[in-house]
Formats: sequence, structure tokens, C-alpha cells
Amino acid sequence: MAKVTFREDECKGCGLCVDACPKGILQLSKDKINKKGHHPAECAKPEECIGCASCAIMCPDCIITVER
Amino acid sequence: MIVFEKPKSLTDVPLHYCPGCTHGIVHRLVAEAIDELGIEGKTVGIAPVGCSVMAYDYFSCDMIEAAHGRAPAVATGVKRSDPDNLIVFTYQGDGDLASIGTAETVHAAARNENITVIFINNAIYGMTGGQMAPTSLPGQVTQTSPYGRDVKACGYPVKICEMLSELEGPEYLERVTVNNVANVRKAKKAIKKAFQNQIDGKGFSLVEVISSCPTNWGMTPKEALKWIDDNMIPYYPLGVYKDRSAGILGGKKED
Repeated sequence: MAKVTFREDECKGCGLCVDACPKGILQLSKDKINKKGHHPAECAKPEECIGCASCAIMCPDCIITVER
Repeated sequence: MIVFEKPKSLTDVPLHYCPGCTHGIVHRLVAEAIDELGIEGKTVGIAPVGCSVMAYDYFSCDMIEAAHGRAPAVATGVKRSDPDNLIVFTYQGDGDLASIGTAETVHAAARNENITVIFINNAIYGMTGGQMAPTSLPGQVTQTSPYGRDVKACGYPVKICEMLSELEGPEYLERVTVNNVANVRKAKKAIKKAFQNQIDGKGFSLVEVISSCPTNWGMTPKEALKWIDDNMIPYYPLGVYKDRSAGILGGKKED
């Protein structure tokens, strides 16, 4: 099963991963704020992740780890 | 099994770039190329002046900070000090490479110095607050061209890959972009090839990466990537401009 994890405190909330995800299951958190003051990215439906790593490829801050 | 994680050649220092800045993607591609070729221990990077001035904090290989625009000259010195063992790359923006450092760039290419140059072209001076750069597009609104770049007063943008492809010297010139997943993969291939060329002793390799500057373009990161497609790529066409080993010689095209 594929798993995507974010180092939330380094996220700048740019949303490039959200746009890159082919399954459309990523989002910027609505209620969390990280220590940089951004809404970090998170996976809304972890069970639908296919582990393609598109999000990680587009992440400018390299905060995403993808396992499969 | 981990299919994607931060490359070892990047340190754990958080990048200072603005949200959505593609500098981070290119940093990662360079680090991945270094990792995959197994050259971290003998690589020396030359950091420029500009937004990426603190690149020396982010790469775990040896780094040197050059004076503004002088990275190819510093790289020449480092490479010539131990040409058989060192791998030397410069990482420069358009204000560094295409403006104050044009002379160093052109002459390093003309001499076919065996170095790798990563050139980030985002058509604006990012660090100083969004002034017009030599690579700004005609009509582009910047802090110092509020009515759009007027080519009568300011001239036309400098197309580095086209310009250098006229020279006999350089081995490899390619323009890529990082505005979507497919293009990032192509950019990775180009950057890795630029390092491989140096390992093989082929000579001067330059990869121009069309990048975004959401902050100073006044857009969201998503809009900025779209703006690359709509405005930058028509003016700066992607592709291989010179690859001597593959028989792509550049210069004037026969009609």
C-alpha cells in the first residue's frame, strides 16, 4: 500500500503538490498552521494514494516522502 | 519501500525561498544527479549572488561563494587545479549569469572549460525585489518597467542558449523547464547528462532552466507555472541547442 508523508513544519503551503496529484487527494490543511505560519499540505484520502510521487517531484522544499 | 525521499546531497537546512519558488526543485534535481552519479565527495559547487546566494547551505558537497557573476571564472580555477579528480558545477540565476556575469559565461563556454553550469532563468531580479532583468520579456511588467518592458529603451532579452550555440566551444546546451511533472523529469535527465559530460571530460555543459518567481511576478505559484507555459516558453523555446557528441552542432540553421 502506498503512503505519502509530509514534514509539515517545513511546508510553505504553495499548493504545487495539490495541483500535481493525479488522484486529487491532497489539500492544504484548513485547521492546522505550522511553525512557519502556513497551512501545510496533507493527504485527505490516504487509502486512495497510488504512490506515483508526482507530489514529491513538484515539491520545491522536498518535504514529501513516498513509500510503496 | 521508499520510492521518493530527500536526496543525501541536500542538507537538512530548510530552504529560504518563497513558497512555490522552483529553485527548490532544481536544487533537488542537482542533488539527485550528484547522488546517482556517486560524486558527492569530489564535487565542488560554486554559489552565485542572487536568490540562490545561500545555495552553499543547502548542498552537502563542498561549496564556494563567488563574487557576483564570477562563478564560471571561479569554477575554471577550481577545475584546473585538479582536473582529473574534481567535479565542478556553478548554480546561477539570470541576474548573475546573463547580466553581470555574461563575459565570464561566454568565455568559459568559448574555452570549453570542463564544468557544468546550471542556469536559472526566471526573467526577473528576485532577491532585490523584482526589477527588470536582461531576460525579462518584452512588455513584461516589473518594478523598474511598470508599463511593461519597452524594447526601444531597454533592448531585447538575452537568449543565452541561442547565443552560446553560435560558439565552437561548448559541448552541451539545453533549455528545460520545471513547470510540471513531465518537464521536471526531462530537466533531471538534462542535468544528469551535464554532469556525466564533465565526468567523461567532454567539456562545457550548460542547462538553462526556465523557472518561476511567483512573488515578484505577482501571482500564485500555480498561476506562475501556467505563465511559464503561456509566456516564457514561446519566447524561450525548450530543447537541445548544442550536443556535439550527438551531432547537434548549433549555430545558424540551414533553411
